[in-house]
Amino acid sequence: MNELLAQFRDWRDAFVRRRNRIVPSLPPWWQRALVAVLIVAGILLPFAFTQTSGFLDATIRALAFVVMALGLNIVVGFAGLLDLGYVAFYAFGAYCVGWFGSGFFFNAHVHVLVSSMTETIGIHLNFLLILVCAVLITAIAGTLIGLPTLRLRGDYIAIVTLAFGEIIGVVAVNGTDIHLGQMTLTAGNLGISAVDSPYFPGIGKFDLLHLRPWYWLIFGIMLLVLFVNLRVRDSRLGRAWVALREDEVAAVSTGIPLVRTKLMAYAIGAAFGGMSGAFLGSYDSSVNASQFEFSFSIFVLSMIIVGGLGSIWGAVLGALLLSYTNYYLIPDVFNHLPSTFGLNFDLTDLSFGIFGFVLVLVMVLRPQGLIPERRRTLELTGGRGGDGLPREAPR
Amino acid sequence: MEARSLAARRGPGGARPFAVLRAHAGAWSLIAVIVALPIFYGIKDLSSGYQAGVMGSHAIINHDLSKLGGNLVQGISNGAIWALIAIGYTLVYGIIELINFAHGDLFMIGTFVSVGLWATFGLTLATGTLGLVGGLLVVLILAMLISGSLNVLIERVAYRPLRNAPKLAPLITAVGFSFILQNVGLLWRGGSPQGVTDLLRQNQTVFHISGVAVHRADLLSVGTAIPLVLGLGWFISRTRSGRAMRATAQDPEAAQLMGINVDSTISLTFLLGGMLAGAAGLIYALYETNVWYFQGFEAGLIAFTAAVMGGIGNVRGAVLGGFIIGIIQQLSDSRLGPQWTEAVVFGYLIVIMVLRPRGLLGEETREAG
Repeated sequence: MNELLAQFRDWRDAFVRRRNRIVPSLPPWWQRALVAVLIVAGILLPFAFTQTSGFLDATIRALAFVVMALGLNIVVGFAGLLDLGYVAFYAFGAYCVGWFGSGFFFNAHVHVLVSSMTETIGIHLNFLLILVCAVLITAIAGTLIGLPTLRLRGDYIAIVTLAFGEIIGVVAVNGTDIHLGQMTLTAGNLGISAVDSPYFPGIGKFDLLHLRPWYWLIFGIMLLVLFVNLRVRDSRLGRAWVALREDEVAAVSTGIPLVRTKLMAYAIGAAFGGMSGAFLGSYDSSVNASQFEFSFSIFVLSMIIVGGLGSIWGAVLGALLLSYTNYYLIPDVFNHLPSTFGLNFDLTDLSFGIFGFVLVLVMVLRPQGLIPERRRTLELTGGRGGDGLPREAPR
Repeated sequence: MEARSLAARRGPGGARPFAVLRAHAGAWSLIAVIVALPIFYGIKDLSSGYQAGVMGSHAIINHDLSKLGGNLVQGISNGAIWALIAIGYTLVYGIIELINFAHGDLFMIGTFVSVGLWATFGLTLATGTLGLVGGLLVVLILAMLISGSLNVLIERVAYRPLRNAPKLAPLITAVGFSFILQNVGLLWRGGSPQGVTDLLRQNQTVFHISGVAVHRADLLSVGTAIPLVLGLGWFISRTRSGRAMRATAQDPEAAQLMGINVDSTISLTFLLGGMLAGAAGLIYALYETNVWYFQGFEAGLIAFTAAVMGGIGNVRGAVLGGFIIGIIQQLSDSRLGPQWTEAVVFGYLIVIMVLRPRGLLGEETREAG
């Protein structure tokens, strides 16, 4: 085991040496060129697969999870507020699609910029308007959930957010008992089904037999969120978050507004979750209360911790890794692996266990995450165990 | 001490919306919130009555407190199970500040082990009283030992290598083990709730206290939980190992300097927590006569709420919190409907966090502010 790790370390060092030799010889615009090449490659990627391929489906979900992970990374990674109730924002985002993009509110008749083929009953807004609604509603919800946690730290924030997430889940399941006139708040476990697919004038309506437009839509959302993340990280607000994370008392005494800064983290993180939730709701074409479980919050949290807390590229990598494992490798690629060894079960029966095992393994081998944030690496090598959350609570 | 002066220094610093509220709200407001629910339903039963049954074509409406009493009795017996699980959370949090997400699933494994063991021993409804009691005692001890050892094993594999890692790393391995244990349970007994033999005929009434029936299940859970909790209390406060545990919880480094083996003390803590979870598992199987792989997850969240309510890190608090959560849960089950119970319990959790984050009996920590 140790020899294996040493070998990996050798390879990594050799790679770093080589890279350090090559980088100075490149023209100054190489980074921009690299970004452009990556984006073009991302746009062209779906042409390598058929319109209904399982890999494309998994990729679309993985990108939606990248958006989620980037949102949660703002709350947990940048601001150091451990949020275990992120599923609430997925729920709000998805219900925005359910409420404003289906026949669910059958007494209303509202149509804004949707295709002429849409059914007459219900509220039907254009997908971009729904996205805006989702951002606004989840940002407000995030602020409300943040309010009671302002004076708390560390694990106590985790407990309150967990409780909120669970309450939202229970309300979603039992929303059939909450009446709004003749209508109900949610459809519970039956689900709000036949949700509108996105429609853009000039392009037409998306459908599930043609996955490429979905891919480009979520790829665009992901690029937008990634760009916002990178810019916010280095902004005044981003530095304020890191300062609060590292030492709240010192940060407040240097004049950082505590309430506003923390609530901004909750609101922005929640808004990204809402965008992704709205997309996933539309992509699943149903909004089912049983989706909004605690394990979802844990799934997204695992992504950013496996990637490296507070690191944007870590969040992207962790989200891709875990969602491909969950949605592609286990169900599609390796599902029949046990039967090739003559074993009588499918790998999906073990998906929980495998997922758990991967989490334990990655954390034990690399507790700081796959791509740790540079500031944290400095702290770790500088002899301080800084992860933003206070390690020792004096009693 | 430091924590208190820190809180004082922070003082009115930032505008905190709940500061005014909390300045006047101490333990009393929390107690008021907790007793509000039983008092409300008590008054409601007395004034507008409740339906006690149906005779012929019209309902019998009673105006007394016996329904509330029944809720309280069942709440306490149910709460005894939560208390046993909550102690595991609170011990572990007290010593290494980890929310051990795998603990609820360990309790589930404890249930499955107990059910498997009593089937192996051939305990059935036909077994005589003496054989039943003796057999169940052996099952209890074995289930406790197995769960305890499993917990120690998990600590060794998943938490000890991460002692100096960032604080969130062990949280993720805990979640990982929670998933692994759930998968074991899923493979063991399938994905839907299964009935098990009602060995003790748990629903039989033993006696009445002023119109409130006490069932066998109630006696079983309270009668098993209380000796275990008292034994644990004795162990922690009187023995040498218990003192080592308390010292490690207070300050691991200083404890090590005093010659305490911190690693084995932490293992011991996990052993005790796991043993109580195993006992809770057996009681749960006899009490609910119904098991499934997801029970541990739900129970874990409820018991964790109980630990927080009592003050995390405090054993007496966890027991008190367990009983209170049990009562709240029963009231909500029988009055609002079981589908809302989770929301009610978590609503209480948020109220506690706003009013008194350190819980009923907990001490002030920096995290709780």
